[in-house]
Amino acid sequence: MDLVESYREELKLVRRNWTKAWVGAIVVGIFLLPFYAPEHLVYISAIILIYSIGVQGQNILIGYTGQISFGQAGFLAIGAYAFGHLARIGVPWPGALLCAGIAAGLVGIVVGFPSLRLKGPYLAIATMGFGIAVYQVFVNSELLSGGRMGLSIPKLTPLFGMNAVTFAFYFNLLIAAIFTLASYNIISSYMGRAFIAIRDNDIAAEVIGVNLARYKLLSFGVSSFYTGIQGGLYALFLGYLEPNMFTFMESITIFVAVIIGGLASVEGSIMGAAFVILVPQLLSEFKEMVPVVFGVAILIVLIFEPLGLSGRWMKTRLYLANWPFR
Amino acid sequence: MEKFIQYTITGLSTGAVYALVALGLALIYRSTRILNFAHGDVTTAGTFAAFALLSSDWSFGPAAIVGMVFGALIATGFYFVILVPAQRRDATALGQIILTLGLGLIIQGLVSYFGGTEPHSFPFPLSEFKIYRVGGITMSQLSAGTLAISLLSCGLFYLLIQRTRIGLAMRATSENLPAAQTLGIPTRRVLAFSWGLAAALGVLAGLFLAPALILDPFFMLEPFLKGFAAAILGGLNSLPGAIVGGLILGVAESWAGGFVSIAFKNTFAFLLIIFVLLVRPEGLLGEEFKERV
Repeated sequence: MDLVESYREELKLVRRNWTKAWVGAIVVGIFLLPFYAPEHLVYISAIILIYSIGVQGQNILIGYTGQISFGQAGFLAIGAYAFGHLARIGVPWPGALLCAGIAAGLVGIVVGFPSLRLKGPYLAIATMGFGIAVYQVFVNSELLSGGRMGLSIPKLTPLFGMNAVTFAFYFNLLIAAIFTLASYNIISSYMGRAFIAIRDNDIAAEVIGVNLARYKLLSFGVSSFYTGIQGGLYALFLGYLEPNMFTFMESITIFVAVIIGGLASVEGSIMGAAFVILVPQLLSEFKEMVPVVFGVAILIVLIFEPLGLSGRWMKTRLYLANWPFR
Repeated sequence: MEKFIQYTITGLSTGAVYALVALGLALIYRSTRILNFAHGDVTTAGTFAAFALLSSDWSFGPAAIVGMVFGALIATGFYFVILVPAQRRDATALGQIILTLGLGLIIQGLVSYFGGTEPHSFPFPLSEFKIYRVGGITMSQLSAGTLAISLLSCGLFYLLIQRTRIGLAMRATSENLPAAQTLGIPTRRVLAFSWGLAAALGVLAGLFLAPALILDPFFMLEPFLKGFAAAILGGLNSLPGAIVGGLILGVAESWAGGFVSIAFKNTFAFLLIIFVLLVRPEGLLGEEFKERV
């Protein structure tokens, strides 16, 4: 069976040959998506890729470190506007994107300070307060938000003669792939293990030598960096920003993606991102029902399937691997 | 000086509504250790029920009572149908909070679907434009009524908790659940009653807020967050703290809006939450339980 014999093996992303085969097939399938899927689907996939970055970041914070946060919209807004303003004054996109991530990450570290003293529900409220305060600052400040007309951002010109949607898809696929690999590596490193130890029991983690303050703040910083990058990519993708994109509902959407995809799972984050993007697309006729579907999904996941979509996926794989035995 | 008193009085009347919202949150937190993120949405549902009855020519009193009962039924139903099974499956405290978030989303969606997202004006027996003057201080009929009714219900609530058998059972249950069970208190039913009572208080606050704000499916979000701030300010597991916190928050907000800047008024509550949580997380009158490894 699945026996890990050395540390090198533990660090491997994909262990068995079969798994390599189907993971490879999925990656190739995603890579070739623009060749066989309609343009609308490619467009939606690009949004899912952008979202998956932020959801992975929040999963590092919520799922792996166990620090509940409702301030995602705030980090998203900071990332998006940092990117927007830098791009408008002519900073090239890699620099602007990095600055967007770093700006959100630094703010994340500051917001993380309450987490040193607060736990569970209290932390949730403090971060929620932060998210809403950021939204209100952007609503009230025309200088930051670009006023009533919103902030328009120059888009990238497609390379190699691709059309705009295909180019956006490959661009975001590249960045999402980088961040997905980074998340896997963060989680299997010392940092990731420290995060998990803090989640399981913070006092015990401190006793065995995890620097609690440093790793809690680091977790906030890393997750906000991811979310800031998501904000920057989103700004670049839409080419337009207004404060109403960053309401409390946006925080909830990312949170729902983390829960439904599965806490503490990178694949789950991607599945969760796909869920929260696809459901409103499928229900475009009944917009009011979107929150209902999210809510029911949360109830079902928490009561019947606490590991979310990724847990179900894991169980299905186990079932198929052991078939016909149970 | 006159301005100062004026702002204080206006603040007290808003604060009284925050106190009602905070009281519901604190009641639930104290007895079940759950932060109820669905409180605002349950309140909205109750207020919409009352609104629907008023639109079909009911008089105000019965409609308000039915709205409160409707809110209470949703909360009790949630407790029995969702929370109790979840607790049987050993849901974590965090998981239970997320469950309330899910309930909130469901109610929000259903209210938008059935009530429509366009704003309504809420017919109310007290008028916002009829104004009383005492000396140089003005007060609208609505805010005077709000202050009176809110303080009256806080008083009745106090009597219920301190002087009746069900209140005694509620206090015992929140103090020590296993001990209360051993003494023969039907703790499930008592907790369900607490949830219902909290929701009814919330709907009462919603009824008074609806004419001042405009009734749409999201109108309770901000008062709900302010109620949260108030409950934290007073201490999440202290009922008097919730009332004191609500009044202080209302007055402080009114001063901030009057003397500093009106744009600053709404951000103030959130800054206050973060500040209180950093300096004294257990709140003014609260006392947090210590935790062991």
